[in-house]
Amino acid sequence: MRLEKRQHSSALAMVLAPIGAVAFTLLVSTLLVLWAGAPVGQTYALLAQGAYGSVFALSETLTRAIPLMLTGLAATVAFKAKLFNIGAEGQLYVGAMAAVAVGGMHGGAGWDLPPALSFVLMLLAAALAGALLLLGPALMKARLGVDEVVTTLLLNFIVLLLVSLMLDGPMKDPTAMGWPQSVALRGELELSKLIPQTRLHTGLLGAVALAVALWALMKYTVLGFDIRALGANPRAAAFAGVPVTRTVVMVALLSGGLAGLAGAIEVAGRTSYLTLDMSPGYGYSGIVIAMLAALHPLAVVVASVFVAGMLVGADSMSRAVGVPTFIADVIVAASLISVLVATLLTQYRVRWR
Amino acid sequence: MSDFLDILTNPSFWVAVLRIATPLIVGTLGVLLCERAGVLNLGIEGIMVAGAFTGWLAVYVGAPLWGGVLVAALTGAVLGLLHAFLTVVLALSQHVSGLGITLLATALSYYGYRVSFPKVSTPPTITPFQEMGWLGLPILSQQTPLTLLALVAVPVVAYMLYRTPVGLAVRMVGENPQAAEGQGVSVVAVRTSAIVLGSALMGVAGSFLTLSAFNAFFFNMVNGRGWICVALVVFASWRPGKALLGALLFAFFDALQLRLQQSGTTVLPYQMYLMLPYVLSILALVLVARRASYPQALMKPYRKGER
Repeated sequence: MRLEKRQHSSALAMVLAPIGAVAFTLLVSTLLVLWAGAPVGQTYALLAQGAYGSVFALSETLTRAIPLMLTGLAATVAFKAKLFNIGAEGQLYVGAMAAVAVGGMHGGAGWDLPPALSFVLMLLAAALAGALLLLGPALMKARLGVDEVVTTLLLNFIVLLLVSLMLDGPMKDPTAMGWPQSVALRGELELSKLIPQTRLHTGLLGAVALAVALWALMKYTVLGFDIRALGANPRAAAFAGVPVTRTVVMVALLSGGLAGLAGAIEVAGRTSYLTLDMSPGYGYSGIVIAMLAALHPLAVVVASVFVAGMLVGADSMSRAVGVPTFIADVIVAASLISVLVATLLTQYRVRWR
Repeated sequence: MSDFLDILTNPSFWVAVLRIATPLIVGTLGVLLCERAGVLNLGIEGIMVAGAFTGWLAVYVGAPLWGGVLVAALTGAVLGLLHAFLTVVLALSQHVSGLGITLLATALSYYGYRVSFPKVSTPPTITPFQEMGWLGLPILSQQTPLTLLALVAVPVVAYMLYRTPVGLAVRMVGENPQAAEGQGVSVVAVRTSAIVLGSALMGVAGSFLTLSAFNAFFFNMVNGRGWICVALVVFASWRPGKALLGALLFAFFDALQLRLQQSGTTVLPYQMYLMLPYVLSILALVLVARRASYPQALMKPYRKGER
């Protein structure tokens, strides 16, 4: 078999591809539910209910979606420019560290600044920390040709060790009885709740606003054009006068900055201190979300609500019918793979020869 | 300082180095095979988890230990086939496919473990591979046969890659697939075989953890070892011999920090020692960047008749 580029988009393929992707994902997950010996219909109903079925469920899902949205946007802008940033996890943690350093350590005792100023400083510090962490690998790629996949991946480990070091030393919370957590943020720096009696915080508004801003930037600005040109064909872009190194640097600052903000907003909105397990792989999930969204900033919002819903829904479903929560990850992975294949089949036709 | 010498002169330290290096050696060879054929395989992290789980499960339900290793290799091969279908046949993004496979394989393994053992407080165990006391060699006789297998695999892969027509074909499709196709080499077939074989090695690397290093399956037991292998391949400039050296060097620092942590007299926080191998890897990447002889077609999808 071989693939042949479609000259015209086929309406049939456009309709069948998403249906096929959903069907494949459902098939995989249904087989797994049957393996666990649970009633299929009830399992799906509980999954959906636990994710979106009540105000509380929806608030939990949206809370979980906030960091995913931001790391998803971080992956989107980087992958658009073919800068393969696999280091959003590390960038998220340095962002969280910077937020605690500004808003918890010195904000708590040393600096006597008004809360509004501290808050802005905290977010800036987090974005800057994430941006700088990605700037190194981006420059090494642009200048020396060092593969950024490996360097960003390795930096994730270095950052996690750094976090562990900080939690043992300078950032340690002396009142936590040996529990590895940092000092807490100043209370007035924490984000307020969107809905009372839930964990949903105003970070959601910030994340959605950033998605719209990134969409506008990609669509309407020169930088956005340069980013898309660089991603489409680096040599042609350079030939057409796109400043390659400058664009790569800007992409790194944007992508790393967004991931860094994810860390700060998690701390300010949900945990209020830094721990070693504050992110169950949000940085890696961001890449999956960006791909599910076909690298479209606004679609990232939808994709992260879907992924967060699966994770949250699986938690409550698992308690009721005993299907392991890992089914959420299987559903996300299967939908990623089937969406990739489905998208390809709308652009290419298969020739059997 | 004398602490240092005490550690380095103790043979048990070197036993630990070789033990820690074993899964890295096998995994790195697996990544190396894929990348030599021009395909990045970020699926390794998940393939190692799946190999660790299925290999262990096979032994748990009654298969012999080597049967478990075979099952792990087959698991890796099947996942490799999926990666090959996505990246070679469909020419999708190699990064994304690899990450998708890692997510899928990890989630499926954890799911399978939870379904098979719903309510266990202590993980069920098997009898793992025993040390090869009969070998009568220092350090090596305190290893299990899987370590011997890893050490033998290095020259075998090197010979295959540099001295056989198959190896030539693998290197050709990794350097210049158009030219290889012109020579009558099927890029799809060669790349697929290399990925399947490489992924089988990754599965075996995972099974070392459950069948030799430990005797049970835990969550998070692979813990980034797969990613390390991806870095080690670049560090080794895609050469099997250097991959062995890189894995040993990495294991050396890992073992060293464990000992220093145990001795409790360290000046620096133990995290600093743990960071060292990662920092060194990045430094090495920068240093070799100028003369990196990476496969020219790496990460470039190839569609027949398309430029």
